[in-house]
Amino acid sequence: MTDLINKPVTQEKPMTLNRRNLLKAGAVAAALPLLGSRAFAQTEPLKVGFVLVGTINDNGWNYAHNQARLYLEEQLGDAVETVYVENVPEGPDCERVLRELAQQGCKLIFATSFGFGDSVIKVAEQFPDITFEHATGYMRAANVGTYNARFHEGRAVCGTIAGHLSQTGKAGYIGSFPIPEVVMGINAFVLAARKVNPDFTITPVFISSWNDPAREADAARAMIDQGIDVIAQHTDGPAALQVAEERGIVGGFGQGADMSAFAPQAQLTSIIDNWGPHYVKTAQAVIDGTWESKDSWPGLAEGEVEIGPYGPKVTEEVAAAAEAVKQGQIDGSFNIFTGPINDHTGVERVAAGVTMTDEELLGMDWYVEGVNPPA
Amino acid sequence: MTTELLIAIIVTVVGASTPILIAALGELVVEKSGVLNLGVEGMMLIGAITAFVVTFTTGNHYLAILCAAGAGIAASMIFGFLTLSLSANQTATGLALTIFGTGFSALAGQGYSARPVTLLGPLFPGEMATHPIWRVLFGYSALVYFSLIMVVVVWFFLKKTRAGLILRAVGENDHSAHSIGYSVIGVRFAAVAFGGAMAGIAGACFPLLLTPQWAERMTAGRGWIAVALVVFASWKPFRLLAGAYLFGLVMTMELYSKAGGGPLAAIPAELWAAMPYLATIVVLVLISIRRDASSNAPACLGRPFLPSN
Repeated sequence: MTDLINKPVTQEKPMTLNRRNLLKAGAVAAALPLLGSRAFAQTEPLKVGFVLVGTINDNGWNYAHNQARLYLEEQLGDAVETVYVENVPEGPDCERVLRELAQQGCKLIFATSFGFGDSVIKVAEQFPDITFEHATGYMRAANVGTYNARFHEGRAVCGTIAGHLSQTGKAGYIGSFPIPEVVMGINAFVLAARKVNPDFTITPVFISSWNDPAREADAARAMIDQGIDVIAQHTDGPAALQVAEERGIVGGFGQGADMSAFAPQAQLTSIIDNWGPHYVKTAQAVIDGTWESKDSWPGLAEGEVEIGPYGPKVTEEVAAAAEAVKQGQIDGSFNIFTGPINDHTGVERVAAGVTMTDEELLGMDWYVEGVNPPA
Repeated sequence: MTTELLIAIIVTVVGASTPILIAALGELVVEKSGVLNLGVEGMMLIGAITAFVVTFTTGNHYLAILCAAGAGIAASMIFGFLTLSLSANQTATGLALTIFGTGFSALAGQGYSARPVTLLGPLFPGEMATHPIWRVLFGYSALVYFSLIMVVVVWFFLKKTRAGLILRAVGENDHSAHSIGYSVIGVRFAAVAFGGAMAGIAGACFPLLLTPQWAERMTAGRGWIAVALVVFASWKPFRLLAGAYLFGLVMTMELYSKAGGGPLAAIPAELWAAMPYLATIVVLVLISIRRDASSNAPACLGRPFLPSN
């Protein structure tokens, strides 16, 4: 790269990017693509790239990330410029997309699906001057940070409602893949439900896809036909809720966004992902040069996870119970992962009064009591 | 297993199998005429978005199915023009059609994603479907009955009619058919159009039969299953029916065994998931044992027709 650049005549040794050199380079700097963005950091907008696993029109996960991207543009105005790429498969394709965004001049790239992790780490090594952030991931590097949202706090609120309203005491949970993020949600949901109804059980079904609406709907049918009357899903669309509405069971929960348009009766409430504030904060930090690689994991208290409006089937009493769980998590008086917690075989995994650490949660690979483990 | 659950499973299997069957029947006729159209998935997506938009704006499901068929034909004509009129490579053009259909449907679907529609209701009045046995027979929407009728229609057409004979002749030996005065390109255009209509209707099954919404790429690879099924069924309509329902059954049973337990979990979900592949191997072995009819593939499949005079 450097040998392609017309170095200013005053330079004898390879140019280092400090302020003095930039001033020295003066007018020439405009002709240097490598320096241009630095030299005019005051006027050049920060280019921010987003890599999405699905489409921004999924009414769920990716929709929420795109809403946050728009929020970022709105908040920081001319200071940022954003680009996004949809429907990027988890695998080698992601690497290619990340590289393209880097070459297009993105100085900050958000990769918003768990399966992008390896690609981010690989590409970040090749572009040390670009900041990467990986959503729901666990691998960091000098220029790679991770961020997530405590969805399980929202799941605890949903589980509380399910425990109160379910007639059969059986819930179904449609998952994509059994990754810690999903396992955590299942566990939080059933722990909260069992605080209300000690006999409550949940059956997870993994469909090995983030977006296959017909399969989600069939999974919902398979569960409802076998006696569950509350459904939760960790996939990206409203298919399961539509089946719940059609079959007239107690209901289900919106995931990622309010899905009441699809299930006006069946949606009991929804977990809304609000990534906007995190994106604004991160972009600002990169602009100011204060960004550091870390793991950011806010939840209900910070407003990154929100609980949507309650559906018509949620009585005042149940709504109050749900609000209490929500408030408890906001003020820190209640944590769903405080022991005693047994795993599904009945072995105690968390002792009474002990709260699981973030590391333990992020590596969660076991189911709590009340989960019928996938065969 | 209760009767109620058995019926529920049958209903779900029928729903999962129907779009695959419709799309595969169309592709079977196309391949019988000697053309390989790998654009089924793309045409299905175009059919799906068309059906969704028409249902959303007019509320008329049957009009939506018709429009989906028309949109499928329109998409297939792009393919027909390139491969039949210009003799472009069929494999590459078919793949391009799938990519085009995926992109076009996503573009046309902008702004339709947060909108629910209603499913197409059962064809027969509700009182017919009160008894469980009747529910299994009369509880479906028109799309399901259409798919079953079309199995017979396609079989009858190919086996028992003169037009079907000509179509098969074009697929088996295009130059001979040409030399006795049949329009090879004309016949193939008609076959490709039929395949497009069927793929469009198969796509319409998604918002009207399975999940009443529009989601990009909602066909999720079932168009490819349809293409594979045609080979699996060795170009025979009734085997195709069996194959489509076998695929529908294993796709459904995998989910029911995961969601259930009890007797349903007797066969692990992973085994259900692997079954189509095992069945495919068995079928291919059986085909190769019967040396006489080979695989029954049309002799001119995928070969562009260039008249020598």
